[in-house]
Amino acid sequence: MRNIWTIAKKEYDHYFITPIAYIVAFVILLILGFLFTAVIQGATQGALYGYGTAPDITVVNWWFAFLLMFGTPALTMRLIADETKTGTIELLLTAPIRDYELIIGKWLGSFLFILTIIVASLVYPIVLNKFVTPGIDWKLVLSSYLGVVLVAASFLSLGVGISALFSNQIAAFFISLVTCLGLFFLIGIPANLMPAGGDFFNYMVMRTHFDNAFNAGKIDLSNIIYFVSLIALGLFTGTVAVEARRWN
Amino acid sequence: MIQVNGLIKDYGARRALNSITFDANQGEIVGFLGPNGAGKTTTMRILSGYMPPTDGSAIVAGYDIVEESLEVRRRVGYLPETVPLYTDMTALEYLKFMAELRHIPNAQDRAYETLEQVNLGDRAKSYIGNFSKGMRQRVGLAQALIHRPEVLILDEPTIGLDPAQVVEIRNVIKEIGKDRTVLLSTHILTEAQQICDRVLIINKGAIVAEDTPENLQSRLVGSQRAILRVRGDSDGLDATIKKVKGTRGIEVKDAETVEFEFSSGQDVRPQVAKAVVQAGYELTELRPVGMSLEEIFLELTQDNSAGKGQGSKS
Repeated sequence: MRNIWTIAKKEYDHYFITPIAYIVAFVILLILGFLFTAVIQGATQGALYGYGTAPDITVVNWWFAFLLMFGTPALTMRLIADETKTGTIELLLTAPIRDYELIIGKWLGSFLFILTIIVASLVYPIVLNKFVTPGIDWKLVLSSYLGVVLVAASFLSLGVGISALFSNQIAAFFISLVTCLGLFFLIGIPANLMPAGGDFFNYMVMRTHFDNAFNAGKIDLSNIIYFVSLIALGLFTGTVAVEARRWN
Repeated sequence: MIQVNGLIKDYGARRALNSITFDANQGEIVGFLGPNGAGKTTTMRILSGYMPPTDGSAIVAGYDIVEESLEVRRRVGYLPETVPLYTDMTALEYLKFMAELRHIPNAQDRAYETLEQVNLGDRAKSYIGNFSKGMRQRVGLAQALIHRPEVLILDEPTIGLDPAQVVEIRNVIKEIGKDRTVLLSTHILTEAQQICDRVLIINKGAIVAEDTPENLQSRLVGSQRAILRVRGDSDGLDATIKKVKGTRGIEVKDAETVEFEFSSGQDVRPQVAKAVVQAGYELTELRPVGMSLEEIFLELTQDNSAGKGQGSKS
């Protein structure tokens, strides 16, 4: 655990000296800011004309999850690929740490950075609560944010795993992006084309697990298991890739 | 401290290490010499726990490199050929990170202390990205030393350093080598001659010679040559030397200089000196002109002569 924390801390600190991390944080928070303003304006106008419903944070958080699809590959692309390219992987693989500690440490570092952005975005529900009488549904906020956290953790884990397969950051970025995009939307397409047996593909669509469960205020074990499985898959891929690098 | 037994490493169809066997003891500095692609880096990577061998075994600091890799890595300090540095960190941050990975208490103090050891104490808070090649090499050496390892494995430790830094680093290595085991590879043969207690010459994945630099010279050549100089007239000098039992191959180089040969096991230089002085010559110089390590290296690693050395172990 200590090794995982040491690596995570180094990675977390590193994000604050890299422009790409600031760009990701800035773009996500900026777009969410615009969306939040639009939600408030829409709700205000609706209220004026008498057809509006109380605004909630779920629309903003849907877009948050969508933006993470693009943001997380930018944060994970260098995590292992850059170490391989610059040779510092030799330093880490000859240090007294286990391969899985390295991978989990890298993932945790990136997760803590995304968590920082998520925490910063909590300003939106707090502000929203001031506008809504008698206040917003905090259980829904909690559920929605838990969904965002799990989506981020899954994307980051897959990104770390993919980064361990490449020594080129750009390749790692695009493969991670395609994987995230595929998992969030595209994997459901074959299900619509298949006469039968499309259940698996439908089950794999991340958007459904996020939209119909967490972002709808429903926290249940099966959806948590889905995300935890994806996180485990990414971390396992990364560990195996590092292990394979030793043998090759 | 290092016991290597029949180590084999294959990269696909290519055999990089062909059953090498050697050992290195505590308080010994062992030099690893060989041309590019001979297997030096592969051996060092295996011994440092970076990758496992295809076959064979090795014990480092009392632990098996495959079965107890983590224990080995705890006890080994390793400086790879390409110095692995995070250029966006300061030297202090980098070493503190390495110290924390090795669970060293007071990591920051140890980082400072180690930077002092490699004469970079005054640059602790400078970014590694702004360092010269020599300074980067010293930071790399510092990370290998940070945990005071029982075994130090250094791949080309003085490459890129200026002459003054080379001397400093050699002194650091010599100091460490007094009570710990050091295995270092180098292309600078005089370096091996100066700081190594023993030299391993590796070629095409096999050790072709192993001994002290001095013994390698004498064992390979079988005999030694010496150069003798006198001041003034040297007429008859060759005849005077010839009279001393054990001398042969006498060759007059110029009016004041004669070279002669004698068996390695029978140093006749004192007798030659005595005979020359007694014959009335004014002796100004008498020194051996043995084969240099460079010559031995070339002799042993050239394609047509690999394995020729009498010091051969493989």
